[in-house]
Amino acid sequence: MYTVPKLEDYSPAALERAAAELLAALEEESRTVSGEADWKTFRDRWMARKNGILTQINDTWLKAAPGPSKRDVGQAVNKLKAEVEQAMDAAQQRASGAASNTKLQADHVDITLPGIHHKIGARHPVLRVMDELIDVFVKMGYSIAEGPEVESDYYNFEALNFPPNHPARDTQDTLMIAHQEKRGQRDRLLLRTHTSPVQIRSMEKQRPPVRVICPGKVHRNDAADATHSPVFHQVEGLCVDTNITFSDLKGTLDHAMKSMFGSSVKTSFRPSFFPFTEPSAEVMVSCPFCGGKGCRPCKASGWIELLGAGMVDPAVFGFVDYDPDKLSGFAFGMGVERIAMMKYNVDDIQQFYLGDVRFLEQFA
Amino acid sequence: MRIIPSWIRDFISVSDDDHQMAERLTASGVAIEGFYLPQHANNGRAGGPDEQSGPDLVYEAEVTTNRVDAMNHYGVAREVSAIYDAVLKPVEPKLPATHRFDFPIEIEDAEGCARYTARVVRNVKIGPSPARIAHRIELLDSRPINNVADATNYALIELGHPTHAFDLDLLEGGKIIVRRAHAGETITTLDGVDRKLSPEDLVIADAVKPVAIAGVMGGAGTMITERTKNVLIESAWFDPASIRATSKRLGMHTDASHRFERGADYGITSLACARVAELILASAGGELGDEIDAVARVIERPTLELTRHDVQRILGPGIPDQEIARILRRLGFVITSGRFAGNSNLISGSASTRVHGGLHFAVAESASDFTVEVPTWRLDIERPIDLIEEIARIYGYNKFANTLPSFAGAVVELPMAQKQALMRERLMALGYDESMSSTFMAHGDAKVFGVCEPVQIANPLNEEMGFMRTSLAPGMLNQVAYNLNRGNANVRLFESGDVFEMVGDKVNERRRITFVATGAATESGVHGQGEPISFFHVKGDVEALLTEFAGKVIFDTQTPAYLHPGRSARATMDGATIALFGQLHPDVAASRKLKQEVFVAEVFVDRLFERNLREAQYTAISRYPAVDRDFSFVFDDAVGFDRILETVEALKIPEMKSFIPAEVFRGGNVAQGKYSVLLRAEFQSSERTLRDDEVALWSQQIIKALETLGGVQRA
Repeated sequence: MYTVPKLEDYSPAALERAAAELLAALEEESRTVSGEADWKTFRDRWMARKNGILTQINDTWLKAAPGPSKRDVGQAVNKLKAEVEQAMDAAQQRASGAASNTKLQADHVDITLPGIHHKIGARHPVLRVMDELIDVFVKMGYSIAEGPEVESDYYNFEALNFPPNHPARDTQDTLMIAHQEKRGQRDRLLLRTHTSPVQIRSMEKQRPPVRVICPGKVHRNDAADATHSPVFHQVEGLCVDTNITFSDLKGTLDHAMKSMFGSSVKTSFRPSFFPFTEPSAEVMVSCPFCGGKGCRPCKASGWIELLGAGMVDPAVFGFVDYDPDKLSGFAFGMGVERIAMMKYNVDDIQQFYLGDVRFLEQFA
Repeated sequence: MRIIPSWIRDFISVSDDDHQMAERLTASGVAIEGFYLPQHANNGRAGGPDEQSGPDLVYEAEVTTNRVDAMNHYGVAREVSAIYDAVLKPVEPKLPATHRFDFPIEIEDAEGCARYTARVVRNVKIGPSPARIAHRIELLDSRPINNVADATNYALIELGHPTHAFDLDLLEGGKIIVRRAHAGETITTLDGVDRKLSPEDLVIADAVKPVAIAGVMGGAGTMITERTKNVLIESAWFDPASIRATSKRLGMHTDASHRFERGADYGITSLACARVAELILASAGGELGDEIDAVARVIERPTLELTRHDVQRILGPGIPDQEIARILRRLGFVITSGRFAGNSNLISGSASTRVHGGLHFAVAESASDFTVEVPTWRLDIERPIDLIEEIARIYGYNKFANTLPSFAGAVVELPMAQKQALMRERLMALGYDESMSSTFMAHGDAKVFGVCEPVQIANPLNEEMGFMRTSLAPGMLNQVAYNLNRGNANVRLFESGDVFEMVGDKVNERRRITFVATGAATESGVHGQGEPISFFHVKGDVEALLTEFAGKVIFDTQTPAYLHPGRSARATMDGATIALFGQLHPDVAASRKLKQEVFVAEVFVDRLFERNLREAQYTAISRYPAVDRDFSFVFDDAVGFDRILETVEALKIPEMKSFIPAEVFRGGNVAQGKYSVLLRAEFQSSERTLRDDEVALWSQQIIKALETLGGVQRA
């Protein structure tokens, strides 16, 4: 244990030797300090006014110094005093401050507990798919167009080349608005059965070239079950210009399906019938889920029927005053729920409309 | 529709097996959706009729509604002929020498019945059909009846033309009249149901009574029975619209009506009649009468002018002229002029080297390159575009190149798209799940949630869906109830959708965003105590949406009756209602069996979106310290914070940066009807450090102003 020696003489060399000895002792003792109580003992031993080491050097070195040396000794003592104070602070910090081992130990948390979450809402899976589809076509130059959900017979059927009393109307069980007996058939209001009326409205509003994508909600008089809903969503598209061909329709949808499902999917077209397109096609996409090997969504066939499409029927152009001899175009449409069901492996379409948070939050 | 491939092979010879043939058919317009191997009807079993060739496979085919010509075996065989470029064998009934059995046919209604072909067969022997006929009928899941009825059924399945057999001796007055029903007439149809006829219905009548509903179903009174000796075969052409109207009105959808209402083959009545006669004679014997062919009007098929320019303009380049001609001919079209006129053997012979359509641009353009006569069985073909589709589908859709069209336009964004997207993103960030509720509502809800005239549905699926929604709230509250009933106690949902109201005779459709919240705002757990959703959480969320837009929002208490009167508010901007929100009224909650506090906010985004989005503007950040001053006051309950703030802001102290309520306290030693509030003002200058005396002066002004509101400063 260090004790303050008497100075042999007051020469600078002796002074220096004594100071070095003291600092070495200070450092060694400070290193062993651990904990609050320890530090207090350490502090008192060095800094107590009564007989602390600093007081001792003041008494034994400075006060005893002869006149000519007093200045040198005083400077040395002051320097040592500063060193001691600094060492004291550092020791205290180590012993009991925020960075003390004890404190750090005490501060520890169980980092395996769950984090605190700020809940973030989920985008509806159907609208998420719809947004993705829209995005694909916007990048291909299509503008979004919207229209009313309550439409007239004219826009929903007649202008789309569904003549009155035509069997093709039977395939779309239509919900009609009540109390319209006094109106002529074309003015009767109904819930649109497809978003195709928006195509007519778009062509009425603008001259070609036209490229629009029409997303929206549609209604049919279908009882709800696992695969049917009276409400569902469609995304339809229309492209009209001079020299638009069936090849362009094929290329456009092939590109769009590759953008949506990955570059390895293939498309296949086969004949179908829609009153507003001719030729009409049904578009199959090679199953993006199994790569064509066969799985549940594709019913083991390797292909999924995803779109209806075709070249715009010249009769439709007649309704919007476009010249069918100069213009041509294609239209296509798809059901959004169907794609969402396959994409997310949802087996009951009703899940989309229940608002069950246990369902919705899986899409966050 | 079921199709038996071996029956198709009666008319055409192709080497592909049934599955390969199905694939080609599907790619060309007759979709074979499934295969099916019937286990009944002695199908391929020892002793059965097909012992040699093995069991018959049956196709489940999907034929689109426009293609009535392909809803039978001969029609499908014709498709196969075009696909494989193979010869289609004609149907040529072998008939014996005929007798003159007169039977007058009077077509009174030429509009409804263009043609009525008939034959009499005398001295038939009614009995079961031969095995081959019965087998095929059974394969199609039909029930063989007797040799005469089965003959008409068989011919229908084979040729697609509905025919009918009457017991000749039960036709009174010895003649057939095709006419509209008389008012009050009735008929018992083959299915045993008594039908009341209306004067719009076309009927087949004898001299006395209706004996069949034309094109829909025969009458029970004149049907073929075991006792039938003499038969009248009817093979007619009825007007599609007339048959459709009657079939719809009577709710009778039959194999016959299905075809007539889509347009049957005017030209086949004679052949179909002969085919039925042939089948009857073969199985029931008897003597055949001459054909009686009453023609009231002729259904003309158009002659179409098709140019290769249009073919290429619509389909793209690539189909050679020879291919166009070949396809059309195989489908039964006749090319009468142009380079490909006549039935020459251009098809097989001189398929020249000029394969690419594009090369033909060198040839002088004539008005038309193909003059095409449309056969009577293709009522769906009326325009050149219809021919183009025929060419495309038989040529093969997948043979066309995939190309991308060039585009000279620009993408135009919907005016509201950005705002709509922003609102959805904000709500999700605030913790609301996006949902979709019913577009419909029950009448009761229409009364509670709307002050407008709701839009009624004429043919709703059920009463709960009788009206279009006037508010998104009821649908979303149903979803809250659904969740609470399943133990999901914390629910925050939003929906963006349209609401509907009747205005005069128009339907007004407006976009709304509605959100609902119930349960915990923050959940209790290992990290601490949670907090339930309160009015102020919902108000904060409303504010988060509205402050995205330029303009000042004012809140007041003018709220609808479905909200709690003391915990609801209306937000207005420039006097227009932008949002209504608050706690659901306890009565409404109780009636919907909602057992915890539920909050609803309806945002009238149609009005909100008329406003511009707020543009961010930078204000310099002061380098000088800010000074806070607190004021503790007691106010009357009637003095809301909005008035306090208004009064203090009216002092227009530029250095006052904010004035907020720091604490509110009621009860204790604060008198009933009053509340104590700690208010905090923050002062700061952007130019200098504020002096104590200026802050003291402003504080005095604030205290005075608050006293004018009846506020009493607490010591």
